[in-house]
Formats: sequence, structure tokens, C-alpha cells
Amino acid sequence: MENMEGWIHSVETFGAVDGPGVRYVVFFQGCKLRCLYCHNPDSWKICEGQLISSDDLVRDILDYKNFIKKGGVTFSGGEPLLQPKFLLSLIQKCKANGLHTAIDTAGSVSLAVSEEIIREADMLLLDMKTLDKELFPSYIGGDMQTVLDTLDFCESIGKPVWIRHVLVPGYTLVKERMEQLAEYLKNYKCIEKVELLPFHKMGEYKWEELGYDYHLTDVRTPTDEEMALAKQIFGITE
Amino acid sequence: MEFKGELWQNEINVRDFISQNYTEYCGDDSFLAPATESTLALWKRLSELMQVERERGGVYDIDEKTISTISAHNPGYIQKELEKIVGLQTDEPLKRAIMPFGGIRLVYNSLEAYGKQMDPEVANVFKYRKTHNDGVFDAYTDEMKKARHTGIITGLPDAYGRGRIIGDYRRIALYGVDFLIQKKEEAKKAINPTIMDSPHIRLREEISEQIRALKELKVMAASYGFDISKPATDTKEAIQWLYFGYLGAVKEQNGAAMSIGRISTFLDCYAERDLQNGIYTESEIQEFVDQFIMKLRIVRFLRTPAYDELFSGDPTWITEALGGMAKDGKSLVTKMSYRFLHTLSNLGPAPEPNMTVLWSEKLPENFKRYCAKVSIQTSSIQYENDELMSNLFGDDYGIACCVSAMRIGKQMQFFGARANLAKALLYAINGGKDEKYFEQVAPEIGAITSEYLDYDEVMAKFDKICDWLAELYINTLNIIHYMHDKYCYEKLEMALHDEEILRTSACGMAGLSVVADSLSAIKYAKVKPIRNEHGIAVDFEIEGDYPKYGNNDPKADEIAVSIVENFMKKLSQHTTYRNSKPTMSILTITSNVVYGKKTGSTPDGRKAGEPFAPGANPMHGRDSKGCIASMKSVAKLPYEYSEDGISYTFSIVPSALGKTEEEKINNLVSLMDGYFGDTGHHINVNVINKDILLDAMDHPEKYPQLTIRVSGYAVNFIKLTREQQMDVINRTFHTRF
Repeated sequence: MENMEGWIHSVETFGAVDGPGVRYVVFFQGCKLRCLYCHNPDSWKICEGQLISSDDLVRDILDYKNFIKKGGVTFSGGEPLLQPKFLLSLIQKCKANGLHTAIDTAGSVSLAVSEEIIREADMLLLDMKTLDKELFPSYIGGDMQTVLDTLDFCESIGKPVWIRHVLVPGYTLVKERMEQLAEYLKNYKCIEKVELLPFHKMGEYKWEELGYDYHLTDVRTPTDEEMALAKQIFGITE
Repeated sequence: MEFKGELWQNEINVRDFISQNYTEYCGDDSFLAPATESTLALWKRLSELMQVERERGGVYDIDEKTISTISAHNPGYIQKELEKIVGLQTDEPLKRAIMPFGGIRLVYNSLEAYGKQMDPEVANVFKYRKTHNDGVFDAYTDEMKKARHTGIITGLPDAYGRGRIIGDYRRIALYGVDFLIQKKEEAKKAINPTIMDSPHIRLREEISEQIRALKELKVMAASYGFDISKPATDTKEAIQWLYFGYLGAVKEQNGAAMSIGRISTFLDCYAERDLQNGIYTESEIQEFVDQFIMKLRIVRFLRTPAYDELFSGDPTWITEALGGMAKDGKSLVTKMSYRFLHTLSNLGPAPEPNMTVLWSEKLPENFKRYCAKVSIQTSSIQYENDELMSNLFGDDYGIACCVSAMRIGKQMQFFGARANLAKALLYAINGGKDEKYFEQVAPEIGAITSEYLDYDEVMAKFDKICDWLAELYINTLNIIHYMHDKYCYEKLEMALHDEEILRTSACGMAGLSVVADSLSAIKYAKVKPIRNEHGIAVDFEIEGDYPKYGNNDPKADEIAVSIVENFMKKLSQHTTYRNSKPTMSILTITSNVVYGKKTGSTPDGRKAGEPFAPGANPMHGRDSKGCIASMKSVAKLPYEYSEDGISYTFSIVPSALGKTEEEKINNLVSLMDGYFGDTGHHINVNVINKDILLDAMDHPEKYPQLTIRVSGYAVNFIKLTREQQMDVINRTFHTRF
């Protein structure tokens, strides 16, 4: 297992909402997508933040083993798959130490790069932005096909996937779009769970600080009723 | 079915009784019964009275004519025909008694604050009868008064009852009062040395006082129609007998913290027997428990508004220790552990009694999950590390106040509040002068005059100041506790102890994270003092960043650890009253706000007057790696150098704990297993939305029972001062979106 260096934005030692159980979450620095609702725009630029070696980071992670032994480690971001060698090294080292690993990805990296890493990880948290081909470029940026390929690949090797889908009023909190996505996801056996995340504006201040134009200022957060309806569409019972 | 075992029948040994007779419970909470109609009616009545209490500015009424003793007041009831467990401090619920033996001045001030007059007859008595407070001020040196005035030592129990003594109230139920009197008489007879010196004289006098208290307790119980001279025969009597013991204590002593000990598993021995013999149903047993807990919730003491400002609301610290492991490897969890926690559902959340779970990873999984569930619903539970404490205190210890472990009936402490180490650091920088009063308080050691602070120079001077402070602190406590024993002796609580006991001098420190970060800033960044015309550093400029305590960064955490070790070592060097063992806590409750107010700007960047972090918490807003990193920093503080407890308060919004109810419970259990596995000592768990707290500030009437955990203790949020409320809200709320 090679020691690799990579850029991270920050870590969260108590992640309780990014995969199963209590998890150490590593936020990678760098993402090529420009999702309008992004709450971590400070993690977009590549080769910024903190440069750290996988040995040092795993040493820190292992210090938390008492807490995360029933949970694990989640690699989030930014887009972790943009630093494939660093990510692979981290996953291998975590697994060698008996820790469960999850990649929180938007599936924006081609399989040619990500395949080996996905095989190695225990699971994927796959952010499905939208299936609407017309909406995708302006709403997200990047190529929708790589997301679909990633999901297909997981299906082909039986890799557990939790789908995460952000509901933004006027964009994705639209009945037809939700039904389209729900219908699409139905066919995949690898999907263990669909998590619907209500849009929130708690990252708005970061856009301002970074001097970016935030386009969703006038968009409200979904109501409880809308969330309940959405859950119904996706067949979520909890 | 008779109780098993012999040892406990021949000597006073409650622990033996429990270990021979308790039934561990590993099941879930499905057996629990809801509140009965009588319980709900009584609680409704009390809720109305508490509403009136709030409307009257926090005090419902005062009986200013009767000097409170164990039996001075006539019996009182909430609604007699509905009450299964009886007994009030005065003749009416919430009516406060005067307890002047700690200090008559406090009574004067309290009466005045609440629009009452001192009764001339009471005043007359104290023309001739000296109080603890008078005694202390007769003996204080000028230096002690000055240190008290500037607040480098604060919260000293020199004007009120010291508390933190736990009577073994179980003894009354198990043995009946007559047997306890007989044992005390035998003990007194045995104290007949060749040389009758003052320790022996004192002990003989104290035991005589104890016997008198026990006799008086029988009189008080008789006024409610009960004869407690013989052992209790069933669950209802066991609770009633035990409660009479506790009630006697809170009629006699306005103690700062009046813990009840570790009673639930003891009581379960009776409940389990009664259930098996068909004497009571589960619903009846829960009714006794609910009504007993209700009584504990309305214990009231008369105190000044200034005291409440320091400690918030109406703290009584009726701490009950639940769970924990027995020495034989079984847990001490019983159905009664569940029933006690269930009162938080049956009656709604409340700060009292102070429910404290002694956590071990080995506790039954169901119980751990139930505790987590109740924490998430009510934020009313604190947790402490059973493995850490049972190594030192055995398996029958309780918690006095918030975090002070002691063997029940075999150990007591001389409560010593705390020294302000952040101020001590400023004294080191300013050559022993106070940064607020500009007076020389500590010995002149020469102020630091360099442009930037030099770590080694600061450390050398800080060490000297701590030497001075430790000596002064212990000497001050010696005076206080000498006088308390003399003028305000806890005769009933001590009657429920063995004669041979371990005493500790329980010191404390405030401002740990401020000092740790300040020293780290001086060491790893550049800190430039801004001095006023007196040459006193009143502010600091920090150039560059520095490692901060609370991020599991060894650089900062090692500094925090060494502060704790060094100060404890210094305390240990001094001679204490009654050969008590010096110990230390890192605990502030809500007084971190007041301590902060009295302390100038510090080299960590904290501005003058801003609150300290509570207890051993990292300073809010400085932890950047999430709450487990904070927990790990706190868990590094060495318990062996802080045996009186290390308090950590953890607040989290519900959505950050997990998505579903099930996930939240599992994650909270994992957090606690991890924290205690890493030898953390104590944790308060608040699972609450910031929005709710903000709304409660503006609309207190909507949240009469909103309870949150602060350092070591739960408070009614709406009873906090506005500053304390803001402090709670500004503290690190762990969130993740």
C-alpha cells in the first residue's frame, strides 16, 4: 500500500448522517461540478486546502477507532474520485485496519478512473442530481452519463449504494422529475436506500465570501408536506 | 419471600444487602407503566404552583418565622388524599424555609430581595447564636478576603451550607431508625481514649448530635403518621422511609448540592419482592416512584438572587446515580433504574433530580439504548465513567453534586468551589496585580515587560503564582470547613455515615481551556500584550495561528494536561483540615459566565468579560474537527489528578445525530462507548434545536419544563439569566448538514 499525498478541505470526526453509524468524514478538496445548491463551494478549487499524506491521515483516523468501529470512514468532498490514487491508498489502509469505507460521490468521474476504487470501497453514497438531460448542464455542470455508468457498474458487481437526492423547489422538487427518477432507480438491486435531502441555504454565506453569484437566494426550503409527498413517490416509509 | 444474606443483618452494610438481593434487568422498556390519574392530578397542581412561583419572581412564599430544623414545621401536603408518598420541607409546597446556621446575613439578604422582613424573634436568636459565616470571617486573613474579592478564588461556601455530603438514606428503610441509634450509641461508647484530645472530643460531640438528629427524624415522620423506628416492610414504605431521611436533610441543611445517592437498585429489591408476592402491581410501584420524584422536584432553598446568578435557577443537585457494574461482573441495572428515568416521560423533563447514569460499555445493551432514547427526548441525563470510578470507589458509590464520586456512607467531602486559573495566568503576566482592580493581590513577582510574551518566562511566573494560589486556597478551605463543622454541622446526613470516614478537600479549577489556549498561543504564535497606564496587560494581540485545545491536537492538549497535573500536585503539598485528602474538579456549572465577567482579556484572544467555556470544555468556536475530536481532547485530562471530576458538556441538534430515531439512538450509544472507552470522565448530553432555545428566551411561558444540561447539572432553561442563556446558545452546537 503506497503512501500518497492529497488535498483535503477538512475532516469531521463525528459524521452521523453520511453513511451507516458514526463515521469519520474526510472532505476532499476539489470538484468540477458547479451545483447551484452546493453548500461547500469552498471545496471546489483543486490543489488548495491542506496537503496531507495518506499515512498521516489514516493515523489520525485510527485514533478514533473506539468511536467509529461500528460505523466507519466516509470520503466526501469536494469530489473524492478526482484524487484517485490518494483515495485508493486511504481506502486500502482503512480496510487493512478493519474499518468500513464509503465514498460519497457525485459520480462525475469516468469509470476508467473510478472502477478500481469502487471495487475496493465497501459502499457508495451516490448523489443523483437529476435525470433531466436539459436541466443537468445549467443545474450541475458536467456529464450525466458518468453518473449512470457508475450506478450500472455498482449494479454489475453488487456494490451497495445509498442514493442521495437533493430536493430543490423549482428544480428537482417537481412531481414529474421525482417520478422519473423513482421509476429509474426501481430497477437497481444494489440500491439499499434512497435519502432525500431537503434543500437548505446554510452554505449561501460561503458563496458570498468567495465572491461567487448565488442563484438560489429566492428559492425556499421544502415544506414538511412536500418532503412527505416526495418520500411517498420514492416509496420511503420511515 | 424473605431477603437473603446475613452480613447486612449484623452490621450496617447496605451494599451487602443489595448484592444479595437485587435482580439485574436486561430487558427493554416495554414493561413500564404510565402515570396514574392521581399522579397526573398532583403534577398538574404543582405545575400551576410553579407557574405562580415564576410570576412572583422565582419565590412562591417564605416562612420567615420558623427556623428550619428536622421537625420544626408542621406537616404539609400537595393534595393529601391523592398523595402516596408524603412530606414537604415546610407546611406548604414551594414555601421556602429559613436555615440561618450557615449565615444569618444570607437570610437577611434573601428576605430583603423577596420583599420580606426579618422576624424580630429570629433576629434575636442570632444575637446570641453565632453562624458559620460569622466564624469564617472571624478567622479569614486579609489576603483571603482580597482573593475572594477579586475572584481569583470564588464560589466559596463561606456564607451558606457547603453541601456535597450524601447521607445513606437507604439505611433508614433497611434498618429503621432505632437500630441506627443503637449502633451510634455503641460507637460513641467505644470512643474512650486515654488522652481525651480535641479530635476525640469532637467525635463524641458529633455522634451525640447525630443521635439527636435521628430521634428528631422519628418525630418528623410521626407528624405525618408514620413510625420509622422499625425497618420498612414493602416498596411503598421503603420509598417513604428513605424519603423521610432525605427530607430531614433538606429541612436541616441549605447545602449547595444535596445529592440523594444511589437508591434505585436498592429500592428495586423491595419492588421485585412485592411484584413476586403480588403485593403491588407495576402501575402502583411506578406511582410511588413518580410521586417520590415529584417531591424531589419541589425541594426549594432560600438563596439570594446573586447566588442564582452564579449557579442558575434553583439548583439543588439531587443527584441520583443509576446503573453501573457490580464487582462480580453483573450490571446494577434493575427495573427501578428504568422507572426512575421513566419519570422524565411520565412527568415530563426536569432538572431535578439530577439523573446520572454510570456508564460502562458492559451495561445491558437495552439499557444503554433506553438511556440514549430518553436523552434524545429530554436532554435531562448526564453520564459518568463507571469503570474509571469503580476502580477507586468500589461499586456502591454515588455522585455528590455533578461529578464528585464518593462511597456512600463512607466518604464525604469538604466542598471548595474553584480557583480561577485564567486570572492566575494574568497575575503571572502582571506581577501579581489584579487586571481589573489594579491592586497587588499575589506576592510581587515582577510584571513581564517584554514586547512579546516569552513562553518560558510566562511559565516560570505562572508556576510561582500557582504555588501561592494553591497554598492560599487550601488554607481558606481549612478555615471554612473548621467553622462549618463547628456552627453548621450536618448532623442528620452524618448520622447516615459510618464513624470512620474518608474526607476529601475538594478543590476545583475554572478556566482550563482559556489557560491552555493562552499558553499555546504564547508558545506557538506571537502574543503582544497591550498595557494600560498602570503597566497592566489589558488586552493581547495575537500574530499567527496556534494549536487549540479541543481538536485532539497533542500540542495543545499536552498543555492542558500539564496544567491539571501541576495544580493538583501543588494542592497536595498542603496540610488540610481533618487530614482530608486534597482532590480537584474541573467543573463550573454555569458559573463560567460570572468567572468570565470577573476576568480581563486573556492571551488566547478571549476579550475581557467574555464567558469561559464551562467545565473542561474547549472554548466554543475553536474546535474545527468535530465533536469527537473535542471529546478526545477532554478525555486526555488525567482523572487521577482530578478525582473530583472532569465535566464536559455536549450539545447537538437532533438532525446531526442521525436521520432516523433508531440511528440517533445507535449513534449516541456509539459516542458514549467511544468517549468512556477513551477514559472520558463525564458528559452532559443535550439534543436540542437552537431555534427552540431562541424561542424560549422570548416566550418562557411556552417552555415551563425545557431542560438542558450545563456543566454537570441540568437546568430549567427559562430560569437562567439572559447572559447565561446567550452563553448556552453561543456554545458549540454540533451541526452537520
